[in-house]
Amino acid sequence: MIPELGNFSLVLALSLAVLLSVVPMIGVQKNNELLMTLSRPLCTGVWVFMVISFGCLAYAFLDDDFSVAYVASNSNSLLPVYYKFTAVWGGHEGSLLLWVLMVASWTYAVSLFSRNLPLDILARVLAVMGIISVSFLLFMLFTSNPFDRLLLNTPADGTDLNPLLQDFGIIVHPPFLYMGYVGFSVAFAFAITALLSGKMDAAWARWTKPWTNAAWAFLTIGIALGSWWAYYELGWGGWWFWDPSENVAFMPWLVGTALIHSLSVTEKRGVFKSWTALLAIAAFSLSLLGTFIIRSGLLTSVHAFAVDPERGMVLMAIILLVIGSSLFLYALRAPVVKGIASYTATSREVFLLINNIILVVSVAMILLGTLYPLIHEAIYGEANKVSVGAPYFNAIFLPLMGLIVIFLSIGSISRWKKTSMDYLKSQLLKVAVASVLLGIVIPLVVTREVNVPIFIAVALALWIILGIGRDILTKTANKASLLEGLKSLSLSYYGMQIAHLGMAVIILGVCLTSHYSIEEDVRLAPGEQIEIGKYTFTFQGVNREPGPNYAADVGTIEVQKNNTTYMTLYPEKRTYFATGTVQTEADIDVGFTRDLFAALGDPRGDGAWVVRLHVKPFVFWIWMGAFLMAAGGITAILDRRYRVREVRQQETVTKTPGAMGSLKGA
Amino acid sequence: MSDQSPKNNMRLKLFVPVAVFLILSGLFFFGLTRDPNVVPSALVDRPLPEFTQPSLYPEEGVFSKQELLGDILLVNIWGSWCPPCHAEHPFFLEISETENDITMVGISYDYSMEEDRLFLEERGNPFDYNVVDLDGSLRIDLGVTGAPETFLVDQNGMILHRHIGAIDSIIWKDIFVPFLEQIR
Amino acid sequence: MKNLILLFLALLLLPVVSQAAIEEYAFEEEVQEERFKQLTYEMRCPKCLNSNIAGSDAPIAADLRKEVYDQILEGRTDQEILDFMSSRYGDFILYRPRLTAGTLVLWFGPALLLLGGIIIVRRMMLQSQDAATETGLTQKEQEELDKLLDRD
Repeated sequence: MIPELGNFSLVLALSLAVLLSVVPMIGVQKNNELLMTLSRPLCTGVWVFMVISFGCLAYAFLDDDFSVAYVASNSNSLLPVYYKFTAVWGGHEGSLLLWVLMVASWTYAVSLFSRNLPLDILARVLAVMGIISVSFLLFMLFTSNPFDRLLLNTPADGTDLNPLLQDFGIIVHPPFLYMGYVGFSVAFAFAITALLSGKMDAAWARWTKPWTNAAWAFLTIGIALGSWWAYYELGWGGWWFWDPSENVAFMPWLVGTALIHSLSVTEKRGVFKSWTALLAIAAFSLSLLGTFIIRSGLLTSVHAFAVDPERGMVLMAIILLVIGSSLFLYALRAPVVKGIASYTATSREVFLLINNIILVVSVAMILLGTLYPLIHEAIYGEANKVSVGAPYFNAIFLPLMGLIVIFLSIGSISRWKKTSMDYLKSQLLKVAVASVLLGIVIPLVVTREVNVPIFIAVALALWIILGIGRDILTKTANKASLLEGLKSLSLSYYGMQIAHLGMAVIILGVCLTSHYSIEEDVRLAPGEQIEIGKYTFTFQGVNREPGPNYAADVGTIEVQKNNTTYMTLYPEKRTYFATGTVQTEADIDVGFTRDLFAALGDPRGDGAWVVRLHVKPFVFWIWMGAFLMAAGGITAILDRRYRVREVRQQETVTKTPGAMGSLKGA
Repeated sequence: MSDQSPKNNMRLKLFVPVAVFLILSGLFFFGLTRDPNVVPSALVDRPLPEFTQPSLYPEEGVFSKQELLGDILLVNIWGSWCPPCHAEHPFFLEISETENDITMVGISYDYSMEEDRLFLEERGNPFDYNVVDLDGSLRIDLGVTGAPETFLVDQNGMILHRHIGAIDSIIWKDIFVPFLEQIR
Repeated sequence: MKNLILLFLALLLLPVVSQAAIEEYAFEEEVQEERFKQLTYEMRCPKCLNSNIAGSDAPIAADLRKEVYDQILEGRTDQEILDFMSSRYGDFILYRPRLTAGTLVLWFGPALLLLGGIIIVRRMMLQSQDAATETGLTQKEQEELDKLLDRD
């Protein structure tokens, strides 16, 4: 009964979403305030029924209702309760349900928090988001309904959740990732609204910015969690592989980063408007493309959704419609929102434009590399397949990032409209010299070896960090005390600097880990030792221990440092009952300056095992940096200027030349 | 800044994103008709690699490529540990009866020669030659990705086709028979 | 029963995310070990979904690791080993695509795009300067003016 209720709620949500996507649009067309006002209750309705529907599926999982096909193939009665709940989004159908629930939630949030938006704009934004809900609800109901029943032969037990997904990191990874993906739909809806209405001014940028930041922060966390999961769950000690499933999440993130910067320009200076609109469309389009690429099985990826080309076709049709029509709208209407402003060659505007161009080139490169096997096959035939992997992406992406970091400090220190070369020199010359010198000296003193990539990375990180320090000093110089100066800086300024600091931390983490990690795969008999760096690992043997739905071989590895026992690692090798899958569970001691990593290989007789031991310096910094970035994005949202409910919008609309141009352009 | 109206020029540029997207869509539609997991063998249309490998039955000594050549060869990589190999086994027994002009060669992907012999004893031996690949060199020379895999080799020792996965009568009829018709 | 067997087979054939393969390979020289890591990192496992032969526990990946190990000990160069592999498994096995006519766009496309971007920025900078200097001064004059203005 409950699954039918869930199904029924989905249908109700669909009907309301159809109304949501049509009624407010008609309202705007006819200038009918009542119809426009209806958009709010309609999105509340869609959200409520999506929540009910999601709740019903969760209930079916907790209740072990294996007559529901999706539950039967993604759960098992022995599965621990918390994994039963998270199994709701463990497969294609359920994660799609989560996806649509999140569209509905973002839509609902916009309707709640945008009381200061003019009604016609709100109506259009909500309607555009309604269209997205409708498309994906239709897709779900017709091709991937999670409530489909197996009425004839209900299995006695389920096939179990993929053991790889029985893990905390992966539980929280998809919700964050989807919150990010779907969150870009808000910026997308705002951009479509601007193109439709021809109004795209500072107020527009100010409304769009917090939503974009929030989505971007979620996506940052989502990607970081995914990489963290790969790091400890796949057992190879790597944390980024440039797999298509990673790339399709990374591309909207990069475009989102570009969008955040370009929105600043649009907000402060009223330029790059059509470019900003294009980025907003692109960020969400790439999110959709990512969803499509992973779920259609277009490319070979480590991500394992049950693949169905027919679903791929339907999804493709939706995407063609949604993205195609918005890009077409863009082509027709972009001239309407064109801004006119003046800035000089060394203004902040130009540096942010350079940032945007590098980011967009990076995205184009990742898209090219990800799709190249397909392009190559289309031209040269199936017999000549090629692969494009990490060596290619690293070779091209890393120099681009180096370039962007150089402009990062220049851009954040320079001023709007016009920055004189002398000012830049006075601010940055010392910073540049100091970061290059320290970048060489510090690693040299610490490691006593010449390693050019490390020199470059440390110098770049210092360039960011010292640049931040320099800028804060300058900005607080004319205040009575440093503390007072710090208080006077806005939250959005702090947000920017925190996120930039995060970038520096990531650079250090990535570079130090890749160059100074020590990895050993060794055969150890009980009692045998191996020395890695400052640590001595002693293998104490392996015991068989039971788990809730698996049995595990648990190794005991004692770690000594300076001849005193330091800690003990317990890597596991689990055999899951339901599927017989064998799963390596690495044990990792996470530390600020280094991770100790141990994983079990195979037994080699007489109690000896092959063991993988890693000492990975600063690997934690990668995720710490990502966390800082997300924190920066959130801090900026809290800035007063996004909350003040002034009626200044009206003013800005008439002041901005773009708005007046709307009459001509239409 | 061309002589033509720069405004029109500008307008056309705005269609670049939609054009790029349409090209991508075309690529996606092409991609949806393909299976990305199918990896064709690099050895198709090339001669069967040279090898000298011991027989599964020690009393038979070693076999080399030259001894096998002359007939159409169906070379199957299998192992008694591999469930899909069990699945295709009855069909191979059938072919070994019906297709008399085909020499069947079994290469066991070895984990235990004993179990392989036992398997053939219990369920029947479809192979004219049974070769063991103890050091893995033959399967690497053949570009094998796993078991089961089956190569169709013509009378001159050229590899015509490689099939990954178990073979049944439908796959045989759809994929192998057309090749056989060409060379018979 | 038959359905069950088919289901079982289907499950077996389903590619599973491969997990790290952990083996002990002893090298005399550190350089050899580095080369082994690099080579197995850059070669794609032909059986798995998308992982390198270093990070896969598929049987064929183990065979290939052993082959790489043996060839390194035999004194073969990286290029020889890669050629050996790609002549058997096709270019599919190389995660670093060779530079051929078919991969020119792949390797040089991004640089061209960046160049295009630089040209756009350059043009916008010039245009913006025109807009910024509605005074009708030339660029050089403007720069001189800027210098004068910046002096104090």
